[in-house]
Amino acid sequence: MSQMAATHIPHKRNVPFAQEAAGAMAILALGAIGYFLFPDDLAFLTRLIGIAFLVLSLDLVTGYCGIATLGHAAQFGVGAYAAGIACIRGITDPVALLAVGLFAGTVMGLISGALITRFRGLPQLVLSIAVGQLVAGLANKLSWLTGGSDGLSGIEPGKVFGVFGFDMYSRTAFLFSLGVLVITFILLKRFVNSPFGLMCRGIKDDDLRAKMIGVSIYPRLVAMYGVAGAVAGIGGALTAISTGVVGLDSVSFERSAEVLVMLVLGGAGHLWGALAGTVIFMIFEHIVAAANPFHWMTLVGLLLILIVVFAPRGLIEPVLSLWAKFTRKGEVA
Amino acid sequence: MTNLLEARVVSRSFGGLHVTRDVSFKLASGDRVALIGPNGAGKTTLVNLITGDIAPNAGQFFMAGDDITGLSIPERVRHGLVRTFQTTRLFANLTVADNVALAIMQRKRISRRFFSSSTELPEVKAEWSEILAHLGLDHLAYRKVIELAYGQQRLIELAIGLALHPKVLLLDEPAAGVPHDEAPKILDAINRLPADIAVLMIEHDMDLVFKFAKRVLVLAAGQLIFEGSPQDVTADHEVRRAYLGSYADVRHSA
Repeated sequence: MSQMAATHIPHKRNVPFAQEAAGAMAILALGAIGYFLFPDDLAFLTRLIGIAFLVLSLDLVTGYCGIATLGHAAQFGVGAYAAGIACIRGITDPVALLAVGLFAGTVMGLISGALITRFRGLPQLVLSIAVGQLVAGLANKLSWLTGGSDGLSGIEPGKVFGVFGFDMYSRTAFLFSLGVLVITFILLKRFVNSPFGLMCRGIKDDDLRAKMIGVSIYPRLVAMYGVAGAVAGIGGALTAISTGVVGLDSVSFERSAEVLVMLVLGGAGHLWGALAGTVIFMIFEHIVAAANPFHWMTLVGLLLILIVVFAPRGLIEPVLSLWAKFTRKGEVA
Repeated sequence: MTNLLEARVVSRSFGGLHVTRDVSFKLASGDRVALIGPNGAGKTTLVNLITGDIAPNAGQFFMAGDDITGLSIPERVRHGLVRTFQTTRLFANLTVADNVALAIMQRKRISRRFFSSSTELPEVKAEWSEILAHLGLDHLAYRKVIELAYGQQRLIELAIGLALHPKVLLLDEPAAGVPHDEAPKILDAINRLPADIAVLMIEHDMDLVFKFAKRVLVLAAGQLIFEGSPQDVTADHEVRRAYLGSYADVRHSA
């Protein structure tokens, strides 16, 4: 029987290292284009990378686990505030600040996850908004710690690895963020393809079936929320380090809603979709807002309607099906 | 023969409706038992009680002597109590291989690993390849479940069941909705299940019951009214009355 299996099962190409290297090169190449062609926009591009972490984080819970949330900025904001506060209180090493953001984001993720994944559907969505609003409210009220509505300013991180200081053109900030993004992305790629990640996609498809193969669902979803919190926390810390300020916008409802839009735009359930959505939305917003400051929101709305009508599963889906066609042809030949 | 699953005077009611009344039975290693009964007899409720989907109002379930009445669904699965679904419940957007691999990884307790490959792990792949080849599904391994024909999806339900190495396997109408020419494939797969496990099949189709079961339990209005060989069941007056009654009702309402 096993011999039969060996001859009949179609071979699936399994070259993780080559794929990972190609993925890393693709992100680095895009980064190089930004760095050399748009040297005046590096502050914007650095902010874009920070938001990309939040969209990737949202993808983990929404795209991979099917959890509806409109409060995901909480994880990002807590990471940003934690890194900012730590920096002001004397921890100025950028890598250490990332660790602070990661830790704070993880804790916030575990707390949110423990609450939000207890429920499903609309109650879950409402609870996620409530958690987000609670964090936003606290950030406003605890002004002795967070700076309240004035924001937290005076964040002056030290040199990266003690060598590369942050400059006013955001060169260091951009390259540092890009490097962290590449590493995080590759690790996440591994993570979502692991048994744990695959099981999360299974739970999203049919949670009763998952229970019926012996899976305890709740602890897994909470753990996934913890990982998502870590990713968002890194993004928050990076943003705090590179901009030097943390404002209430980083925990706002608008931020949560905007990243959900970016994720749907790019394609939920694919890490590349999360990245593509962030890049397209942020650049579109950047250009249109500069060209027409009065009607840019209208144009963003129109773009979204067009994409949802013509590519309801996100912009990454047509690309992936083309790719699948291409590789299948390759196997036949 | 060792007792694997035992139900001891189990009852369940919804509001004033007694859907399950004082049901007791035993399944031993190697058993091939069919549970039959007219529509609305409470067969699916009984399956849901066994798997832990709903809790009984009274009575207990035992797996190999351990009381499992208070255990959750996943805990019962870990005790070796596995079911398939009447309407297929699969991970529709994953591949066939992923579906079976998830069950294997869960059983091997490696499904919490978060940094290794999954379906292509050699020890996992060897096993799902063998199961899929056994059921004649090997050429579909990398197809998404949602793209497959219904009969093939029913076989994947069985594949997942097999991958969990059950001690007791509950088959809830395994051939329901399958085109007639494909039903023999399902029966064939069922006949080749490991000999030492206990199988309880819930089925309408008496043809299938006769080909499969060594013992038949008949459920009517929530009570077990008969237990015996398939030959005796057709001769039994009570059973015929229960069935004829229900068919008469069906004709009347139609």
